Amino acid sequence: MEQTQYLIVGSSHAALEAISAIRMHDATGTLTVVTRDAHLPYSPTVLPYVVSGKSAPERVFLRDDDFFARNAVSYRPGAGLAALHADSNTAELADGTRLGYDKLLLATGTSPAIPPIPGIDTVSYHVLRTLDDALGLRDAIAQSRQAVVLGAGLVGMHAAENLVKAGASVTIVEMSDQLTAGYFDKVAAQMIEQAFTDNGAKILTGSRVVRLEPSPVGARLTLANGTTLEADLLLVATGVKPNLEYLNGSGVAFDHGILVDDTMRTSVANVWAAGDCAQAKHFFSPTPRVNAILPSATEQGRLAGMAMAGDAGIKPYPGGVPLNTYHFFGRHAISVGSSEAPEGSEVLTRFDEKTGRYLKAIFRDGRLAGIFGVNEFFDGGIMCQLIVRRMDLTADKERLVADPLKVGRELMSRTWR
Amino acid sequence: MGRAYSTIAFDPAKCDGCGDCMTACAQAKTGTDDWARSRIQIVGRGNATQDAIRDAIEDATEKAFELALCRQCADPKCVTVCPAGALAKDGASGVIGWDASKCVDCLLCTVGCAYGGIALDEVSGHVSKCDTCDGKPACVPVCSKGALTYVTTANIYNEVGDWEDLFAPGLAGCQGCNTELLMRHTLRRVGPDTVLATPPGCVPGMGSVGFNGTTGTKVPVFHPLLTNTAAMLAGVKRQFKRMGRDVTALAIAGDGGASDVGFQSLSGAAERGEQMLFMVVDNEGYMNTGMQRSSCTPYGAWTSTTPIGAGCSAGQPAQGKTQDAKNLPLLMVNHRCAYVATASTAYMEDLYAKLDRAIEASKTGFAYVHVYSPCTTGWRFPSDQNMEVARKAVETNFVMLWEFTPSEGLRFSRSVDDPLPVTDYLKAMGRFRHLSPEQIEHIQGKVVENSKFIQRFSEQAHGG
Repeated sequence: MEQTQYLIVGSSHAALEAISAIRMHDATGTLTVVTRDAHLPYSPTVLPYVVSGKSAPERVFLRDDDFFARNAVSYRPGAGLAALHADSNTAELADGTRLGYDKLLLATGTSPAIPPIPGIDTVSYHVLRTLDDALGLRDAIAQSRQAVVLGAGLVGMHAAENLVKAGASVTIVEMSDQLTAGYFDKVAAQMIEQAFTDNGAKILTGSRVVRLEPSPVGARLTLANGTTLEADLLLVATGVKPNLEYLNGSGVAFDHGILVDDTMRTSVANVWAAGDCAQAKHFFSPTPRVNAILPSATEQGRLAGMAMAGDAGIKPYPGGVPLNTYHFFGRHAISVGSSEAPEGSEVLTRFDEKTGRYLKAIFRDGRLAGIFGVNEFFDGGIMCQLIVRRMDLTADKERLVADPLKVGRELMSRTWR
Repeated sequence: MGRAYSTIAFDPAKCDGCGDCMTACAQAKTGTDDWARSRIQIVGRGNATQDAIRDAIEDATEKAFELALCRQCADPKCVTVCPAGALAKDGASGVIGWDASKCVDCLLCTVGCAYGGIALDEVSGHVSKCDTCDGKPACVPVCSKGALTYVTTANIYNEVGDWEDLFAPGLAGCQGCNTELLMRHTLRRVGPDTVLATPPGCVPGMGSVGFNGTTGTKVPVFHPLLTNTAAMLAGVKRQFKRMGRDVTALAIAGDGGASDVGFQSLSGAAERGEQMLFMVVDNEGYMNTGMQRSSCTPYGAWTSTTPIGAGCSAGQPAQGKTQDAKNLPLLMVNHRCAYVATASTAYMEDLYAKLDRAIEASKTGFAYVHVYSPCTTGWRFPSDQNMEVARKAVETNFVMLWEFTPSEGLRFSRSVDDPLPVTDYLKAMGRFRHLSPEQIEHIQGKVVENSKFIQRFSEQAHGG
């Protein structure tokens, strides 16, 4: 059986950061990367832009073959993990190959969560998680006249905007009563909704699809209130779920994702997990959560790589902080931190209807917990540091909300030397 | 070998927030005067009405301004969080480049950076960041306060890093000593066709003459007496010349060996115009043998033979050295050597330029390079402060950097205008801790006198 010192499963941000971290400390240990994807590494986050045509698909790759050669990494695309035999430090790939490892990182990301709607398996639909998905969706959008997007998260909204711009009539169906819930508050969501309806999209929040069936156009959707929708293109964007099937019988503990400690170690010896498939410490929660965003994936991947290589410089994970950016119809929205405002927290907002600039900041005990803006630019990285460092901003709250860019830098600069 | 990179450096103590740098950047990059579009951002450190911030501002040298500018991180967060591969660190220049054709305007890079180094330009709708203007930053020359500098010292490493190190690894210097740096760089620059003389002192003490029957260098090295270094090296050089071999005769000596007992042979060799490069590593005393004073030890300094306290000398209280230092490099100027220069390891580019000229001059005559070398052990300062002490010596005019040739006269290689008060230098180390106000006044007076004295050489040389 083939042996490798380090085995990384997955090829996106967490995996790439782990490679760097391992090679920073151990230049020669054998390192193998296996991934179910057939391509060079790319980011799921770039896929909506492949769909829109903004990104050329052949130019989205984050590393090339030369990178793997220079770093002495054996890169094996098209090789998914089928089963993990942790008791014998062996990974079993989809093609039956067995690989022995000393240290294993699971950075397998997520797959689309398909809602259990009756009839969903009788119609054809799109999802968006892989480059091949994106290319398929891109081509389909060009043909579509009437499209339905299930789910008003960032992926669904992105795709819906592309559909609108391509000239299709678009209906977005969302179960909760607000779109982009979890990322943006009601005011921001209202602005986003307005932008979509202004551009001709139909948004049905608080709506649930109870039935799907084939129709001459493509698919017919029946909503809970009895109305029906026809779609020649159906995009299911109702969220993602970590890929965990291979864990069965491995003994690796998981909940919504793979449970890890502050250095991304799983419950089983010699196995680490990072990125969207990991359920790690969360900055705003006493219990671990899946914080499936790109910046957390890089941070976790880095920590896992350091831990695997035995790098003494490792510092424990401070906990995931939600960080999201979103563009819609020429406007941008940034959200940093927790949108929850429990009792006792202070919420400061300002909104200029003329310019469409909106800002909201949530403080707990004088410390920033979250800040959200539409068309109001601020340094998300600085805000994140103000949150993570729990800087006392009691005296600066109003100023920060008035001019978050300038005052954020001013506050942060006190820590720069 | 990895590369070292040039960088835009910021000294907050000198910034007055005038914003000229932002105007220059906005003009260079956007053709406007809009500070909001500048990629370099001067940031107020705070509202002075707040106690916490006022404390920070009053923190001695710190003033009220900071800099939000791309730091061209070695391990850049913005690059790692870019989903589109639009940001990448250039291995040759060190600059993190932005590829407009790949960027999807997602702003995730701004969420990655904790320094405000990459931000949205609302006019263009894209992020913008410093690209150092391809190595000629527009912001730096317009900074009239000297707060911004473009540090290019890394070029030395890039240029000479691959050259052969002609000293053995693991020299036995004190922790924090800069002489190892000096020895390795000098010998590297002078090259393998060299005969090296290292008279008693710190340099052989650190291992130039070797241990257990092997030399510490990869070139022939010998260990003359303190008194005869220049004479012996002159003879060796002449013999090589007679044999038709072109070698550089190099001496690396201490200030004691050069200015005290070795002075007559040094003076004689200079007077005869012997073809050699004589480098003096001036740590202002006999540091190798226990920190005795030399004629280069400055007034007021503690050494083991110029002690401090009551009853030191016939019951009289003593306060360190009671005489002023000899200015050895000026004495060498009066020998009309082919080349004379002073240098400091805090100014390596300057040192390298002078080494080049000295090597050239040593082919036809006597070249003399005097390097000021702070001694962490003998001067009593923390071992991580050597470069800082060396820099302060220059910034206060306690020592001055200049070069001299008979045809061009004396020229300062770093301006002596607007020096810091000498106390900034004195308080950086323990050997001056005991000084009385009168002694400090004496030293400050000597600094002014010395600088005027040398300036007169310079002015005459330039028709001043």
